[in-house]
Amino acid sequence: MQIPYTVETRPDTGLYNAKLGIWLFLASEVMLFAGLFSSYILLRTGSVAWPRHMLPVGLATLNTAILIASSMTMVMAWAALRMNNWARHRVFLGLTVLLGLVFLGIKLTEYREHIAAGELPSRDTFFAIYYTLTAVHALHIVGGLIVMLYFLGPGSRLWAQRPEQFTNRIESIGLYWHFVDFMWIFIFPLLYLL
Amino acid sequence: MDNVAAIGQRPAHEEPHEQPGFLRRYIFSLDHKVIGIQYAVTGLLFLLFGFTLMMIMRYQLAYPMTPVPLVGNLLSPANAAGGVLLPEFYNQLGAMHGTVMIFLGVVPLAIGGFGNYLIPLQIGASDMAFPKLNLMSYWVYVAGGLVMVATFFVPGGSAQSGWTSYPPLSVIASAGQTWWLIGMVLLITSSLLGSINFIVTIVQLRAPGLTWMRLPFLVWAQLGASFLLLLAFPPLEAAGVLQLMDRVAGTSFFLPSGLVVSNRLMTTMTGTAADGLASGGGNPLLWQHLFWFLAHPEVYVLILPAMGIVGEIVANNARRPLWGYRHMVYSVGFLSFMSMVVWAHHMYITGMGTTLAAFFQTTTMIISIPSIVILTSLLMTLWGASIRFTVPMLFALAFMPMFGIGGLTGLPLGLAPSDIHLHDTYYVIGHFHYVVAPGTIFALFAGVYYWFPKVTGRRMNDVLGHVHFWGSFICMNVIFMPMFIQGLGGMNRRLYDGGAMYLHNAELLKWNVVIGIAAWTLGLFQVPFIVNFFTSIRWGRPADRNPWEATTLEWAAPSPPGHGNFDTTPAVYRGPYEYSVPGARRDFSPQSEQEPA
Amino acid sequence: MNFPGLPQQASAHAPQIDFVLGLEHWSMVVLFVAFFAYFAFVLVRFRQGAHPRADYHGMRSRWSLYVVAAIAISEAVLLAAFELPEWNDRINNLPSPEEATVVRVVAEQFAWNIHYPGPDGVFGRTDVNLVAADNPIGLDRSDPAGKDDITAINQLTVPVNHPVLIHLTSKDVIHSFTLYEMRVKQDAIPGTDSPVWFVPTITTEQMRQRLGKSDFEYEIACSQLCGLGHYRMRGFLNVVSDEEYRSYLAQEAQSLRR
Ligand code: HEA
Ligand code: HEA
Ligand code: CUA
Ligand SMILES: [Cu+2]
Repeated sequence: MQIPYTVETRPDTGLYNAKLGIWLFLASEVMLFAGLFSSYILLRTGSVAWPRHMLPVGLATLNTAILIASSMTMVMAWAALRMNNWARHRVFLGLTVLLGLVFLGIKLTEYREHIAAGELPSRDTFFAIYYTLTAVHALHIVGGLIVMLYFLGPGSRLWAQRPEQFTNRIESIGLYWHFVDFMWIFIFPLLYLL
Repeated sequence: MDNVAAIGQRPAHEEPHEQPGFLRRYIFSLDHKVIGIQYAVTGLLFLLFGFTLMMIMRYQLAYPMTPVPLVGNLLSPANAAGGVLLPEFYNQLGAMHGTVMIFLGVVPLAIGGFGNYLIPLQIGASDMAFPKLNLMSYWVYVAGGLVMVATFFVPGGSAQSGWTSYPPLSVIASAGQTWWLIGMVLLITSSLLGSINFIVTIVQLRAPGLTWMRLPFLVWAQLGASFLLLLAFPPLEAAGVLQLMDRVAGTSFFLPSGLVVSNRLMTTMTGTAADGLASGGGNPLLWQHLFWFLAHPEVYVLILPAMGIVGEIVANNARRPLWGYRHMVYSVGFLSFMSMVVWAHHMYITGMGTTLAAFFQTTTMIISIPSIVILTSLLMTLWGASIRFTVPMLFALAFMPMFGIGGLTGLPLGLAPSDIHLHDTYYVIGHFHYVVAPGTIFALFAGVYYWFPKVTGRRMNDVLGHVHFWGSFICMNVIFMPMFIQGLGGMNRRLYDGGAMYLHNAELLKWNVVIGIAAWTLGLFQVPFIVNFFTSIRWGRPADRNPWEATTLEWAAPSPPGHGNFDTTPAVYRGPYEYSVPGARRDFSPQSEQEPA
Repeated sequence: MNFPGLPQQASAHAPQIDFVLGLEHWSMVVLFVAFFAYFAFVLVRFRQGAHPRADYHGMRSRWSLYVVAAIAISEAVLLAAFELPEWNDRINNLPSPEEATVVRVVAEQFAWNIHYPGPDGVFGRTDVNLVAADNPIGLDRSDPAGKDDITAINQLTVPVNHPVLIHLTSKDVIHSFTLYEMRVKQDAIPGTDSPVWFVPTITTEQMRQRLGKSDFEYEIACSQLCGLGHYRMRGFLNVVSDEEYRSYLAQEAQSLRR
């Protein structure tokens, strides 16, 4: 027997399985970041002095722009599939991956500079939470990139066999990617600006 | 995401040609039934392991500073000098007993085992929504379990700061704590994958006609528990990451400034104190908040499936519908929601202000209401029933007063002024063991006896079942009832010598011997169960599809169900517990049968 | 009203705590008698042999609603009438430093360090950098306020019938300062100063006579797992008369000058 609603939506719930799954996954991710953000708030409000302007705002602003751009290319990659335009889809998905890599590259230079300056996580709670939050976020980016690379590579064969299902998968990874970007929109002001 | 990958894509005509090998069929099977059995057996083995740890501990408590017979000599001198447990090792056993029982025993058995096996069957589906994810979640659980057990062998031994792992103690503890944290992250990942799968399965794969209010109560209970796992576990994951950072990267999320351990000032822990910055700025209570934000909902994860199992069995053996099914369902929802906002009732004694304390006392009182509704509904179900005292029913009936005792003793703990006296005494141990041991564990036993014929096609032996029940029932009460006496008298928990050091415990020590003897006897009374379990698989009396004359969908499938579960996709015509319907031909009307008018 | 099995009461607020404990537990006893009466009746009356055909509708009265409502109401009353005011009393009604015996208690693995302000009534400066085996709390004796401070280990001496205000903290991990006879329990958290207070009403000596046990002591227990020595982290509370307390302080001051 086949598992129903992998592609088509269930009439009474209006969802296909993977979409519900990804939403639930994101709900748990929200709780993960909520845990980290509330730790940040508690540590900051409980601290005697909180260091400010320790981080390169310029680079981070650039990174924010890059992530927002990658969200847009992600949407385009999905929209291209909806319009049955395979070549366009490949271009935009490839672009998303590229932007993600650039983001990670900039992040790494940022880390390198801090480490060179002796600003390790053990320096104070500010750097501790800075490294933890950004590293957890960067791991989410890495995870997303791995899945996208899979859909660019071996996973892309599904398109020929079951285009709807492939489109659904791209939609799901897209949702995830938007979520990761969205979390950055919180992290950026919290760490760099405030 | 790979979790989106669904399988079962193989064109149907290919299937008969394929002979899956042993590995694919039994070890890496994607079939929810096989995974369910794997979960259940692994969970049972871990329960036995956790119990063994406790039986060793109870010897030290009953006869402090004397060599433990049988096992004492097997332990390494680093753990037990001349067979006498060392305090470090006692603390390891305690922390690991709690961890193993909760995260490796009960949750995998109740959710991974019963949930996996029964949910698809009870909702008339052929499998879980994401079989590959299911497989992954089981193996991640096994990995986490192995990491946990392996910590006993790292230098310094396993985690020894209690299952609660409060910093700063846990941060300065030996390497085992790091592995405990890594094990927890694995177990959390496994639970998250599992809970997503369960929720999607329940929402999406219900058979035609199976509306929400026709779902068996067990499915509702599993749904509630899955939501708790999904939403409460991530903050602990966050906390685990922070504690790992504290332990390996020299941060001090949970370490305040100016810690002095053994009269030495702690500077930053990785030795980068060159710049003169001392450790600190952190907050030990932050961990407690994040931990209990998970761990309180977690206790309802332990009890909800148990309530679900008991509900099924009580309705079946009372031969009448669950009384107040709707209210029970609403209670599950309300309970799940409320359990997210009571966590700090574990923290009154940290010095909580009046506003917070008022909030958490009130929510704690409120959360007892749905439990009371569920329990009274179960009790009312018995009114006007025609009760069959089968072995599963005995365990299910025993669950009610046992959960009642455990639950009611939660109330004095939930009220801050009385918690002053009771906090961290054996009263707390008594409270929660009544809910988890003769409560949840009995419900799980009931479930094993009840669904064994479905899983194996054979029944378990009744005589051995009765021996197991009466022995366990008496021993459990002899173990845990005296703990209330000890707790009220002021005996603290987690004491290596069982409180012998303190004069005020002098009168209470005799109970340690009683409890110890009852605990080892309880161990003996598990032998009939284990024998029964394994022999019945081969030699038990064969059972047909519906040996208990039950109504829910799983009994419409063959015993054991084949690949794909049902002969034909079942359709559902009525509620889950239509027993003794007036005017019906038999005293049970299965959900899947169109009533022959 | 008191529930059997509780330790002796030796502080002014102990009867209040015991009163709520009693209320809670006696109500539980009542509930359970009712519970078992019902349970036994049902199991006998409605066993298959006696009642072969179950009743589809079952209980038609609203008993379950009444039970739930009764429990809910008693919980609400308990909470509003007793528990909330009592907690407020514990947390907010701290005695003023003038009327109280003020003491610092600094927990460490596995001992209780006691710190009195001395005759001047002012605690001397403490500094973590000064901590050493012979100065476990890091007291700065060069600070004028610290010269006369009295310290002790595991022996907390207080006068009877006066409020005692303890500033509780810890050097290393979390401990929990517990006086069972006083119905006092408070976590000692590093980096935090937690106030605890109580009014001892019975001296150690009086309690010995009352119990007929010459070796009786009020014990300070540690209630929070704090490492391998948790089980033996025991101290003593000596509740003494006013004169004895004054002579204790004088004697300690004497030994300081030497
Ligand atoms: C399955 C597990 C489980 C369950 C269900 C519960 C249920 C409850 N628990 Fe428990 N609890 C634990 C597991 C559990 N607990 C554990 C593991 C700990 C210790 C952790 C540690 O420190 O290591 C703990 C500790 C704990 C504390 C902290 C104590 C302390 O450290 O000082 C508190 C305080 O509020 C508490 C309260 C409650 C309450 C109010 C409920 C309520 O939900 C109970 C509601 C139920 C009822 C009220 C009973 C049902 C009704 C009746 C019997 C009605 C009678 C009917 C008729 C007469 C017809 N629990
Ligand atoms: C689900 C949770 C759970 C369960 C079921 C149990 C079960 C038991 N627990 Fe435990 N316990 C905890 C969770 C649990 N415990 C926790 C969280 C703590 C606190 C730890 C800490 O301080 O940090 C604790 C602490 C704790 C203490 C306090 C130690 C201390 O403070 O120093 C004691 C003392 O007696 C104790 C005893 C027992 C006993 C006798 C049982 C018995 O009821 C055990 C019964 C077990 C069985 C009956 C096993 C059945 C299984 C089989 C028979 C297997 C069959 C196998 C096959 C068929 C393959 N437990
Ligand atoms: Cu100090 Cu336990
Ligand atoms: Cu709780």
